[in-house]
Amino acid sequence: MKNLRYLDNVSTLVLDDEKCVGCSLCTEVCPHAVFEMAQNRALIVDLNACMECGACVTNCPSGAISVSPGVG
Amino acid sequence: MDEKDGCGQDGQSTPGVNIMASMEGRGPSCLNVDKDALAGHEKPGFKLCSYVDSFSETHAGRIPIVKSGLGKEDLFSTVYVRWGIRRHDYKVVPGLYGIGHPDRASEVLVTANFKLTFDHLRRALPHISAWILVLDTKGINVWCAAGKGTFSTRELVKRIEACSLEKIVDHKRVIVPQLGATGVSAADVKKQSGFRVVYGPIRAKDIPAFLKNNRTADKPMRQVTFTLYERFVLTPVELKNALKPAFIAALVLFVVSGVGPGGFSFSGAWERGLLAVLALVTGIFSGGFVTPVLLPYIPFREFAAKGIIAGSVFAILLMVAISSAINGMAGFGALFLFSMAISSFLAMNFTGTTPFTSPSGVEKEMKRFIPVQVVALAVSSGLWIYSAF
Repeated sequence: MKNLRYLDNVSTLVLDDEKCVGCSLCTEVCPHAVFEMAQNRALIVDLNACMECGACVTNCPSGAISVSPGVG
Repeated sequence: MDEKDGCGQDGQSTPGVNIMASMEGRGPSCLNVDKDALAGHEKPGFKLCSYVDSFSETHAGRIPIVKSGLGKEDLFSTVYVRWGIRRHDYKVVPGLYGIGHPDRASEVLVTANFKLTFDHLRRALPHISAWILVLDTKGINVWCAAGKGTFSTRELVKRIEACSLEKIVDHKRVIVPQLGATGVSAADVKKQSGFRVVYGPIRAKDIPAFLKNNRTADKPMRQVTFTLYERFVLTPVELKNALKPAFIAALVLFVVSGVGPGGFSFSGAWERGLLAVLALVTGIFSGGFVTPVLLPYIPFREFAAKGIIAGSVFAILLMVAISSAINGMAGFGALFLFSMAISSFLAMNFTGTTPFTSPSGVEKEMKRFIPVQVVALAVSSGLWIYSAF
């Protein structure tokens, strides 16, 4: 997907590091490798690749992630 | 006998098509395999699905074992569905199936009941023994259904219970395709059903490697792609969906093209109308086919802008081709703008089909480009009527 990128600075993805429990499920379900693990915490490493599909939000056990796209 | 010949031909080139059965000498032809499968299982008014190979008796009842290879019927209907024909009624019955020789230790692969999805999965498992748990997604693929809430925690839990999965396997684990994660909460499934969700790879073709690797997916297996081929196979539906609005637009174009110095003229409507319809067709081809296929090679990130670029190129080519039939700059300008606006709109429409556009980005793009497209259309109609005088 390196040669196919959509608009920058539009994703509404937010990660609250305080709430992250380090389960790494978000790195598993994200289809665009937006997250990486660093020191047992999830980190957003490629925000502009996020397509707001919500897979991470649905699977985060501690409610640390949110996305709030409009109607689309 | 037809079927046997057809299978034989396919078997030469494609591994895993249903000739495999007869190549291994298990049956003289596909037709006979089907009859064997049904022996003793006939029910009045029921017909065996062509993808069922046999039945397996389990503690939870009789489970159909499906073929890995696709038959002629499956391949033909795949072509129809790619063109959007009978697409909304292309389903398999939800429930439990098996493939290969599944036993109590075999994995349970969860999938959607869109038959294209189901076919894709079984074709990827030629030498695998597993259970296949088909959720009722109303005939929609895994990712879209997960987004719309039919491929969901609730449906998965319900289906695990309905199929008495605990009587089928000794373990407590289901493999859910990664793209289903949008609709499925692994924690909630565990809480409600006792089964642990393991997210499998995005693409069915990676399942054998995933299973071999102790149910772990490497990074490429977890990332979506949108290759030239993947974009290409999506274009027939784009074109087909444009058909009905295009037909209505063509009628309007003929009427508008008839307006001229003497009021309305039928000869004007026909001659000038044909030119306008050519511009329409060019715009549809550019925005609905060329832009999606050449997506990464066309400048700009906004699809509408990509559509303007591709649309302009094709509009200019069209102008050159029909230059002798148009008199005056107004006519050229009208057709150019019209073709370009159609291309831009259809390209923008393709954002809804790709696996990488965010709703927030699409909203931003639409706010910016719909006004551009509307103005181009308005100016184009004005010029077109003006050019008749």
